[in-house]
Amino acid sequence: MVPMSYFVALSAVLFVIGVAGVILRRNIIVIFMSIEVMLNAVNLAFVALGRRLGSMDGQVIVFFVMTVAAAEAAVGLAIILSVFRNRETVNADELNLMRW
Amino acid sequence: MSPGVFIFLAALAVISALGTVAQRNPVHCLLALVVTLLTIAVIFIGLDAVTVGFLQAIVYAGAIMVLFLFVIWLLNLQAELRSAPGYLALKAIAGLLSAGLAAELFVILWHAPSAAGAQAVAPAGYGSIGMLATTLFSDYLVAFEITSILLLAAIVGAIALARRIPSARAVAPVQAAAETPVRSEVA
Repeated sequence: MVPMSYFVALSAVLFVIGVAGVILRRNIIVIFMSIEVMLNAVNLAFVALGRRLGSMDGQVIVFFVMTVAAAEAAVGLAIILSVFRNRETVNADELNLMRW
Repeated sequence: MSPGVFIFLAALAVISALGTVAQRNPVHCLLALVVTLLTIAVIFIGLDAVTVGFLQAIVYAGAIMVLFLFVIWLLNLQAELRSAPGYLALKAIAGLLSAGLAAELFVILWHAPSAAGAQAVAPAGYGSIGMLATTLFSDYLVAFEITSILLLAAIVGAIALARRIPSARAVAPVQAAAETPVRSEVA
């Protein structure tokens, strides 16, 4: 049997990879994908710890996280489309309209 | 789940997540992300969370990924060029911050009492649709109902955002005309 801490450690590693992607990448779509990696890392921790405690609550939370992620992807990608239509770019460095 | 299977799945998940972050062509990033999501779905099933694992495969690796693919296709994205100058400093800072975050997470999780020990024997029916539904529709009923409002708001918001604004047509009629196929795909 694999100790539960291994699953939680894997989740931490995946989360850090996602954070590095958000910091490093300039393509908004890839930044978005990195956020999805982070969400999944958290889901993994929820399922693993719920399994450890023998409780279904972790899986229900994962269900909600998936719903929120779907809503976030729909709205976020719509924003990216509308930004691309106006600015012809998806490079985060060039989108500085709200910078002061 | 046996240790060998876990190591294989964990390595696959980490490598494909690195691929998501490191690939320069967005479509390759997306393919690597699909592998990550499917691997996590398999890990869920290995953790007796069968329903959530299949939901992960259907909703994430199916629906959300297709949404990403459509947007990449609509925007006609190409592979990025090589790093701009001054980007090295950003990489160094990102590496430093990520290492710091990793250290923090490991210290916190090391002291988490529930993370210690191996998995106990699961109760009968653990992770089944019935048990998930019983929990979802009793303890989390209010949250579930609020979720439906969230999804409705997301649908309306996505349509409102992706719709072309009429004033944009007046400013640049040629550009707006060129974008007609894009709009019809969004709608």
